[in-house]
Amino acid sequence: MTEDKPGWREMPEGAISYKCTLDYETGDWGVEYPEIDYERCSKCMLCHFYCPEGAVRVRSDGYTEIDRRYCKGCGICVEECPVKCMKMVRKV
Amino acid sequence: MSDLTLKEAALKPDLLASGHRLCAGCGETIIARMILKAARGPTIATSATGCLEVSTSIYPYTAWMVPWIHSAFENAAATASGIEAAWRAMRRKQKGPLSRYETLDIIAFAGDGGTYDIGLQALSGALERGHDFTYVLLDNEAYMNTGIQRSGGTPFAAETTTSPSGKAVPGKKEWKKPIDEIVIAHEIPYAASINPAYPMDVLRKSRKALEADGPAFLHALVPCSRGWRFPPEKTIEVSRLAVQTCIFPLYECRFLEGRPHYELSSPSLAIAKKPESKKPVEEYLRIQGRFNHLFRPEMRVDLISSIQEWVDNRWEMLKEKSGV
Amino acid sequence: MYEDGEKGLIVTDERLMMGLNGDEAVAYAIKQVEPDVVAAYPITPQTIIVERFSEYVANGLVKTDFVSVESEHSALSSCIGAEAAGARAFTATAANGLALMWEMTFIASSLRLPIVMAVANRALSGPINIHNDHSDAMGARDSGWIQIWCENSQEVYDACIEAWRIGEHTNVQLPVMINLDGFTLSHTMENVFTLPDDVVKNFVRDRRFIKVKGHLGESELRLDPGTPITMGPFDLQDFYFEHKLQQVEAMRRALEAIPEVDAEYEALSGRGYRLIHPYMVDDAELVIVGLGSTMGTASYVVEKLREKGVKAGLVKIRVFRPFPKDELVKTLRSIPVVGVLDRAISFGAPNGPLCEEVKTAFYEEKDRPLIANFIHGLGGRDTSPSMIEGMFHRLMKIKSRGRVDQLIEYVGVRE
Ligand code: SF4
Ligand code: SF4
Repeated sequence: MTEDKPGWREMPEGAISYKCTLDYETGDWGVEYPEIDYERCSKCMLCHFYCPEGAVRVRSDGYTEIDRRYCKGCGICVEECPVKCMKMVRKV
Repeated sequence: MSDLTLKEAALKPDLLASGHRLCAGCGETIIARMILKAARGPTIATSATGCLEVSTSIYPYTAWMVPWIHSAFENAAATASGIEAAWRAMRRKQKGPLSRYETLDIIAFAGDGGTYDIGLQALSGALERGHDFTYVLLDNEAYMNTGIQRSGGTPFAAETTTSPSGKAVPGKKEWKKPIDEIVIAHEIPYAASINPAYPMDVLRKSRKALEADGPAFLHALVPCSRGWRFPPEKTIEVSRLAVQTCIFPLYECRFLEGRPHYELSSPSLAIAKKPESKKPVEEYLRIQGRFNHLFRPEMRVDLISSIQEWVDNRWEMLKEKSGV
Repeated sequence: MYEDGEKGLIVTDERLMMGLNGDEAVAYAIKQVEPDVVAAYPITPQTIIVERFSEYVANGLVKTDFVSVESEHSALSSCIGAEAAGARAFTATAANGLALMWEMTFIASSLRLPIVMAVANRALSGPINIHNDHSDAMGARDSGWIQIWCENSQEVYDACIEAWRIGEHTNVQLPVMINLDGFTLSHTMENVFTLPDDVVKNFVRDRRFIKVKGHLGESELRLDPGTPITMGPFDLQDFYFEHKLQQVEAMRRALEAIPEVDAEYEALSGRGYRLIHPYMVDDAELVIVGLGSTMGTASYVVEKLREKGVKAGLVKIRVFRPFPKDELVKTLRSIPVVGVLDRAISFGAPNGPLCEEVKTAFYEEKDRPLIANFIHGLGGRDTSPSMIEGMFHRLMKIKSRGRVDQLIEYVGVRE
């Protein structure tokens, strides 16, 4: 990731962080990411709680969705889905 | 305590933002997200040096959506003490930036190195002084951030880079330090063990810890796929097995009327009530590469049974303390 | 009542005079300032500070939260937590206590937290010793703290009030260490002119914060759930160096801020100190430069020598960090011989720490004095007037020979 780096006069004093990791997409770490079969999803939300990345968001309709910008492809959500409605698929 | 449903927690935005650089499948992140979801707010967090700290704050990026400070390795509890004292003084003076907050969720995160070892003194001091804060021990059972060295929290026989299994010595020679007993001996209002496999239990206990009037301690077992050597998708399975085999039972302990009151939490209580459901510790050990040498080239029945004995003894003691 | 109408000057009103030793002067000034948090651990010869302050707390005279930590490391860590949360925090220590804090001293300054700390200077172990020298503070000289050195209890009292305004100056935002010689100052009762509480409170006012642009927008440099910022990040090759340059610049600005604050304090109290304090140097030929209480003894010697016709003088360095290079050069440029007193050793170095700085200050100058170095008073060894007189005699010899032939002379040690 190349970016412009400010000089010391421009940086916030006290080494205060000035960017949020939301701007640092870790979605390219993994080779696979999960897909949800909404036909079978029971909306239990476990995948949301178990995802270390916070990459499984709960939508207002109660279903979850994967934010591929951050998913590192660990596979926990697929492994733990109680109704086994998720599977890992290779990135294209 | 004010109840927080799973649904409410799920809809709360993450206070530890995505884009951090902890390893895929890291158990620490799973539980840190849950604890932060349980926070009532306003919240101030501090971290000891460690995996969570470095991976969430690589400059200029930060994953922290709450005010957060890292200062050093051994002093998370002391830093939190200062934050709490500042808030208390400002409340008393009715002046100063934090004076308007009636409650403040002060959370200190530290790893096993930062708690069992180098940070024990600062932790003990802060507990003794009675600061109103929640200390979270993220126990991945070794110094993972520096490359998997043994700590006081590393279990017996586990292989680390400073307790390698060799011809003469089969991994760590010492037993895991009984940190919960040490902490509870400080007679603090609330202490509990938590584990990422049980979100509702984590949310409930975290909320209780934050609501406690005085120091609270959450001991989180956080499997580390790299250090414990299991595939990342198995983090929750390993966590669950730790409870099912009773090597890491779930319980809480409140200090009331001059004595500690232990209570087994439902996943562990179920096992206590149905002893045949307790799984042999071998199942937990077998899926982790750090215990490989107990199974290959030959089965070390002697070591596995001493571990089983250790687990059984501690489990019996805990049941007794919990009145089960 | 205390005011001298025209200049608004607080005169040295007898009613405000107190008999205080150095530690008590610290405790009394800090009581008047009433910081939000004091986190401290007892260590001789600083103990009186924490004892007195605890009494103020016990008697409800301050609303400060006193955190009686279990170590000096935690003392400074708690101050860091408190100041990061927007509070004012104070601590005090000495010798091994400062050494135990060492890690945190660098962290406090890099976080730009204007903590104030009093150090009752004491020799570092080992072997263990409880008496005065400057090895503790000199060991922390590169930690990014402003260092003020005091000659007497009055200076200690005044420094403990000025320090907040210096450290919190929006151009500075750095921690401040106030040095007072263990026992010689910490335990010796002197008359101290104090200021009324309200005058102190007005002078120190509320803590000022600088604005920073963090990841979620603009905020003051403090932890506030309303505008969250991240402090103390993991700072790698790409940024760490720049952050150090910001500290360099803050130190440079402190050189301007200190006299500014000091002038304001002088207008109020009649007492001002600036960065260095020259005494009888205008026509002097032999000048001693040093820190702390020894300079009181040295001024007595200077007066005696002057009576005998020796053109002696002295320069007391009040602010050692940032080092007042320009003032020092200006003051000493035309002096033939200068003797620098060090009460600490930098093992293996060509000179003591203060002397190295003085010499460096003059390296680029065409006109510079011959500079000798006397290391004295280690572990509380008394530095008597006759020893200082002896040093002036050495300077006289150096002057007549026209060169310094011994890099360091150890004064008062048995051969
Ligand atoms: S694969 Fe891992 S990182 Fe990706 S969504 Fe599932 S749990 Fe999250
Ligand atoms: S774990 Fe499976 S069933 Fe539960 S919400 Fe996620 S996808 Fe749906």
